[in-house]
Amino acid sequence: MTDLSSTEPATHRSLKVADARTKKRNAAEKRFRAYGIVAIAIGGLFLLALTYNILKAGLPAFTQYVVELEVTLTQDEFDAAESQMLKTAAYTDIFIGNFEANLEERGVEVPYDGDAIERLLGKVGGDIRSYYRENLDDIGQPVTFQLQTSSRVEGYFKGRVNRDTIVDSRFLMGSDLDIVDALRDAGVLTSRFNWAFVTGTDSGVDNPGGAGIGASAIGSFFMMLVVLFLSLPIGVAASIYLEEFAPKNRLTDLVEVNISNLAAVPSIVFGILGLSVFIQFAHLPQSAPLVGGLVLTLMTLPTIIISTRASLKSVPPSIRDAALGIGASKMQSVFHHVLPLAMPGILTGTIIGLAQALGETAPLLLIGMVGFVAREYPDGVVSGFMDPNSAMPAQIYTWAARADVGFYEKAWGGIIILLIFLLLMNALAIFLRKKFERRW
Amino acid sequence: MTDYKISAKGVQVYYGDNHAIKDVNVDIEDKTVTAFIGPSGCGKSTFLRTLNRMNDTIDICRVEGDILIDGEDIYDPAVDPVQLRAKVGMVFQKPNPFPKSIYDNVAYGPKIHGLARNKAELDEIVEKSLRKAAIWDEAKDRLNAPGTGLSGGQQQRLCIARAIATAPEVLLMDEPCSALDPIATAQVEELIDELRQSFSVVIVTHSMQQAARVSQKTAFFHLGNLVEYGETDKIFTNPEDSRTESYISGRIG
Repeated sequence: MTDLSSTEPATHRSLKVADARTKKRNAAEKRFRAYGIVAIAIGGLFLLALTYNILKAGLPAFTQYVVELEVTLTQDEFDAAESQMLKTAAYTDIFIGNFEANLEERGVEVPYDGDAIERLLGKVGGDIRSYYRENLDDIGQPVTFQLQTSSRVEGYFKGRVNRDTIVDSRFLMGSDLDIVDALRDAGVLTSRFNWAFVTGTDSGVDNPGGAGIGASAIGSFFMMLVVLFLSLPIGVAASIYLEEFAPKNRLTDLVEVNISNLAAVPSIVFGILGLSVFIQFAHLPQSAPLVGGLVLTLMTLPTIIISTRASLKSVPPSIRDAALGIGASKMQSVFHHVLPLAMPGILTGTIIGLAQALGETAPLLLIGMVGFVAREYPDGVVSGFMDPNSAMPAQIYTWAARADVGFYEKAWGGIIILLIFLLLMNALAIFLRKKFERRW
Repeated sequence: MTDYKISAKGVQVYYGDNHAIKDVNVDIEDKTVTAFIGPSGCGKSTFLRTLNRMNDTIDICRVEGDILIDGEDIYDPAVDPVQLRAKVGMVFQKPNPFPKSIYDNVAYGPKIHGLARNKAELDEIVEKSLRKAAIWDEAKDRLNAPGTGLSGGQQQRLCIARAIATAPEVLLMDEPCSALDPIATAQVEELIDELRQSFSVVIVTHSMQQAARVSQKTAFFHLGNLVEYGETDKIFTNPEDSRTESYISGRIG
């Protein structure tokens, strides 16, 4: 053994002076940190740009422009109108009469005619008539009508239509804009929050103003019910079996590999599977949330199985030993001890799987939920599952594909609502994880 | 033969192709503390785990030979390992309380085995077990606090309380003090000595001093063989085999 203590160190180095090697290492670390910060900054920038764009384009969808007018219809007027040949025209005349009186009262002077009213507000006579026919008791009482302006007029307020580029057409004339401005200045035409967009049903291709996402949100809700109640029990049961009970052999290896692969299969493949199995073979109804839910269940299962298995794996084996060591059966040890500890992970995985399914459009293309015009709400629970409906992402896709520019903002507005749902689900996932998280 | 609580005859254990335990014959007496000593990897823990069939959970593990407890072969196909483990309790190397309350930790075994007919009986079992495990005084005011919040030594005594709550006849301990400080170790050792009144205790340990302090019988394992088995005093003062002597005097292992 050589005696190291006897040899003097060659040079005395101060700890305060970094040597070349240390400098190099520190520089490398600094560079790496900088890369990380740059990467995060780029990500954040994209997120900001995306949020800004979505909000800018989508928020107008939540505003609606209405003309407010108080009308008092006497029984005589009602009877007279109902006895005429052109009943709605008679109501339009009544409306114009009231409208004129109202404008005079406010001192608004602007020339207009019946055609202009129709261009601005649509067929008001029909709206008023159907209201009174349903509410006969209101005859003789003052009723405030809120009549939605046509999508061109909305376009004018939202900047899609302007005076310089407007071309006179049967939809909107340049002179109509003077009326609109005068009405707005007088406070007859006001804006308000567009509840009809949040709760309403889809409209036809020529009426973007009346389109709402409510019906397809209900379709999405029923689909998520199917996904939750099928994929959670099946996925968790399959993972528990594979992870805790199944023998480790070639067959289970094969099953494992296949589950991992299924998670990476493009969702449209699940759509075609759903089309051939559920619709063409099992003859389930087309465009039904039940079928959509089944297809999305197939898609979500691998996600849930993988995350459940990962969280089961992360439970320390000592907990299993402890339970087995005092004579718990395998099943008792899993259900009493392992599963509660794995719960936060399972719930997070499930909700992330559901959120993914909620935003999925491609498989719905093939089972007919895209392009379906959801004009009605389902009548009940059975109808909710079985009757044709759309889903939120499918509805957004449909709107984005329509020609009328009015649908553009609807599509973006729909995305805002979809994102709100996703954020809520993720918040729920975080909440559940915090609630169930236990340390050992 | 029936004088012995456990008798192992020609026990072989394989992990896949690895022959971990080679032809071990040992008879363990009731109401004694038996220590298994030996260098790491000698198979003492493996052998301990065959005594309550904890090795069943390892797929590649295969046990041959006979292990009789009270004259019954525990590897008989008619034996349910779950029932066996209620009779042969186990305490592990690392304290592993359930992430539940202290009370629930101890009450779990009696609950699943139906040892208590009502809450009062269960309370009694919990208290008795905690007292026996010498942790009652520290735990009585915080029975609803999580067991994982206790210190390491307290956790291990809680695990012992949990193991004895199911009224086992044999208690297996796999290096129960290896994660504990000397004070906690002393408490657990004292406890083991008291437990001898009621159970047959088998303890695996790396500490020869511990084996000498707590056990009446000692078995020395080396490379999967049971080298020597006998009275603890004799093993430590006058071993027959040269390998035992080398290990005890610190030359191997």
